[in-house]
Amino acid sequence: MHIQDMILTLQKHWSDEGCILMQAYDTEKGAGTMSPMTLLRSLGPEPWNVAYVEPSRRPADGRYGDNPNRLYQHHQFQVIMKPSPDNIQELYLDSLKKLGINPLEHDIRFVEDNWENPTLGAAGLGWEVWLDGMEITQFTYFQQIGGLEAKPVAVEITYGMERLASYIQDKENVFDLTWTEGVTVRDIFYQPEFEHSTYTFEASDTDLLFKLFNQYEQEAKRAMEQSLVFPAYDYVLKCSHTFNLLDARGVISVTERTGYIGRVRNLAREIAKLYVEKREALGFPMLKEEGSHDNK
Amino acid sequence: MTTSNVLFEIGLEEMPARFLTDTEKQLSEKTAAWLDESRLAYEKMDTFITPRRFAVLIHNLESKQPDLHEEVRGPKLQIAKDQAGDWSKAAIGFCKGQGKTVEDIVVKTVDGHEYIFVEKYTEGQLATAILPDFKDVVLSLNFPKNMRWGDRSLRFIRPIKWILALNDTDVIPFEIEEVVSSNDTRGHRFLGHTITISDALSYQAALKDEYVIASTTERQAMIVEQIKALETAQDFVVPIDEDLLEEVTHLVEYPTVFYGEFSKDFLDVPEEALITSMKEHQRYFPVRQTDHTLLPYFIAVRNGNDDHIDTVKRGNEKVLNARLKDAVFFYEEDQKQSIEANNDKLTRMVFQEKLGTLHDKVERVTAISQSVAIALQFDQAVVKDVHRAAHISKFDLVTQMVNEFTNLQGVMGEKYARLKGESEAVSVALNEQYMPRHAHDALPVSTVGQILSVADKMDTIVGCIAVGLMPTGSQDPYALRRQAMGVVQILERFGWSLSFEDLLDLIVSHYETTAIAVNDYDVVKHNVTDFFRARVSYIAKERGVERDIIEAVTSLGLGQLHQLFIKANLLEDSRKDEAFKETEEALVRSLNLAKKATTTEVEAHLFDNESETALYQTLLEVRASFEARIKEEAYKEALEELEALTPAINRFFDETMVMVDNDKVKNNRLALLNQVKQLVDQLGDFTQIEWKQQF
Repeated sequence: MHIQDMILTLQKHWSDEGCILMQAYDTEKGAGTMSPMTLLRSLGPEPWNVAYVEPSRRPADGRYGDNPNRLYQHHQFQVIMKPSPDNIQELYLDSLKKLGINPLEHDIRFVEDNWENPTLGAAGLGWEVWLDGMEITQFTYFQQIGGLEAKPVAVEITYGMERLASYIQDKENVFDLTWTEGVTVRDIFYQPEFEHSTYTFEASDTDLLFKLFNQYEQEAKRAMEQSLVFPAYDYVLKCSHTFNLLDARGVISVTERTGYIGRVRNLAREIAKLYVEKREALGFPMLKEEGSHDNK
Repeated sequence: MTTSNVLFEIGLEEMPARFLTDTEKQLSEKTAAWLDESRLAYEKMDTFITPRRFAVLIHNLESKQPDLHEEVRGPKLQIAKDQAGDWSKAAIGFCKGQGKTVEDIVVKTVDGHEYIFVEKYTEGQLATAILPDFKDVVLSLNFPKNMRWGDRSLRFIRPIKWILALNDTDVIPFEIEEVVSSNDTRGHRFLGHTITISDALSYQAALKDEYVIASTTERQAMIVEQIKALETAQDFVVPIDEDLLEEVTHLVEYPTVFYGEFSKDFLDVPEEALITSMKEHQRYFPVRQTDHTLLPYFIAVRNGNDDHIDTVKRGNEKVLNARLKDAVFFYEEDQKQSIEANNDKLTRMVFQEKLGTLHDKVERVTAISQSVAIALQFDQAVVKDVHRAAHISKFDLVTQMVNEFTNLQGVMGEKYARLKGESEAVSVALNEQYMPRHAHDALPVSTVGQILSVADKMDTIVGCIAVGLMPTGSQDPYALRRQAMGVVQILERFGWSLSFEDLLDLIVSHYETTAIAVNDYDVVKHNVTDFFRARVSYIAKERGVERDIIEAVTSLGLGQLHQLFIKANLLEDSRKDEAFKETEEALVRSLNLAKKATTTEVEAHLFDNESETALYQTLLEVRASFEARIKEEAYKEALEELEALTPAINRFFDETMVMVDNDKVKNNRLALLNQVKQLVDQLGDFTQIEWKQQF
């Protein structure tokens, strides 16, 4: 099965289970979780079911396209369901079956893995899902986001698309995976991998990046002062990516690192709080459509 | 009395393997306590746990509590009657509270006071009325990490999916978070079905048919047995790591053991890295040959039967090979970096916010370990090795290998150092600096390793305590306690001729030259000493030395630690030795008065009776031989030397009044006793000891 068909299959599956199909968010980010479609929408009492593919950029993992497993940018298929349905594990296992993975022919396990993202003040409990010893999915019940208690609890399912595809297509090298008939990951992503790695490790203007970090931070704060949650959050994402570029370049010492993470976290927390306040002021509009969940 | 067999099973989404052992223990204890409190007797109880369920089966539970006849005591009679001699409000209230009337009151005397009593009969409740309360047992289980799910507010280990509750064949009705009990359970997630349990006793067998081995011991035995079969069939040696065995037992409901292979080329990577990949990342058992060399195989446990086992095996091989390929990449990349280039990177790694970078730490440890080597009078060659080892002691912390496998710090240092042509002594010390890594780990064998280990640990301990990071309760993020234990063990075992106090002075003097802001190093020394005294006491206690002896050998300073432990053993014996009683009494009597002394300067011309002169003479003779014994660490013989003082001390006290009005004479006598104290103190503070000779 090509990656493209895997995406179509998962979209169909989760769409049938009531998820809104969204598109990737147009700002660089390190994980699908950081999309406002997950991070902000998981907050507050409003029900929210969504699925989307998210390109995830991790500058430090760039390997110039040389490494068979590591990428500057990989793809996550992200599912959020709030509140988490009682049969969520079964829904997930059904999606694997649709990808051609018959549980009776494999060893599928839910192995404890607690997820924490200090930059976003977020934490959750759950598992990594193992397919014959390989981690293919992160499965997390959010307990806290942006420093706020997650109530009701949203469940997040993150499929690592390249990982899963390397198993389904039985390929050793991620660049040999087919995206669709006749088109490989190498065709599409080798050049960007090489160039982004070169940029990240050799060519980036670190003075400019430091400046940008500060400016993005300032702009996030300014937007916050005017109660503009989503614009402020976009600048937080830009801060986060800029920080990742600097960190990968090795120009941030361990002490400074803690400081930078703290700055992003503080912003994320304030934004989370303001988001919930603003939704509340609007009367939690999405709650009204589904009366059964209110005021629990 | 009729009895029944009772079964409770709580089904959950997969629980973390590491919590299962304790959860099963709690389940057993809390169920027993609940039945006990509920006054329901039973023959025996079995508990079961797998990743998806925990269960308890109670055999022959009595169907009813015994009836209860009890005499309930009320207030004292004088309170129970009012002034008119009628029953008071207190008495009426008491009776009412017990469902009785004043007619039922009897008066009895207890401990000389009259009280009112009522006889109460409570009919035993039926077990069926009590059994639904098992819910409270479930909710009383404690887990290290709890979670919420959906829109529920319960915090529990994982979401609850089903409840099976049977009294013989009848469902025990209760619910938790809208999950209602029934007589249904679920089999293996993929191989099994939802089935109805018709009778509590059939539970284990019924689940087995559905590919669930509910009993932990049975699952574990199956794994061990299958590993043994593979060992025989394949000529493998599989050392079984108990922790790993426990973990894999708790990761599966139906274990099938299989082996897989990895490329021989990976055997060039240090085996510690291969083993970490296998054990910690993949939960595989490494495979060896009879001569202990590692083979390119691994043993894994599947959750299921052996259908399509080849697919599972291939998948696992693929994952491990990819991981090991990473390890090879790291290993090769690391070797391209020079030790100095790595050392330079330490300037960017913070050791501890207030204690600077790892580079700063390395500089301190280099200076400290060199001073220690010199203080211990090692020759120039050792001092040079110590200097080099300390200088490169942390270079491996910035290698990719240690970054990926943090437990290989030191191990990789040693390997890379050797590859880079460092001497054997220096290379070995890089690994030994972290020893002992835990309470039962081996100590460093090489001199350079011992010195580096002590210097590194003491630097961390003194530094952390200096900046206010003294461990409290369970909070010990820098593992200072463990490190201090390591220091004590090394100093004792290798008999360092450096007292703890001198070692501490030496380290603090290095700290004083750094830019680290500390208000008062005397306070630091005091705190570090207290911290070590507590560790020494702990070790001594573990070895059966009693509190007072520990006080006696630690309160005057820790000195050389190997000497301290010999003295502790000696005093532990002597205090029970009847022959020593007279000497001990004489010495303690001297010590108690010597506390009042202000000097040890004795002026012989101030003596005015013979007993003083005699004691002084004896003391001078004893001192010479005593000091000689002490010097050769013959403490038992030293103690025996003191026996010669006994007659002189006793005569002195018989014939001499110490606390006379004439200050000069008095102080001179106190000084004489103080000289006795000077000798005794070298063995310990005898005034702390509770003497236990048989009389």
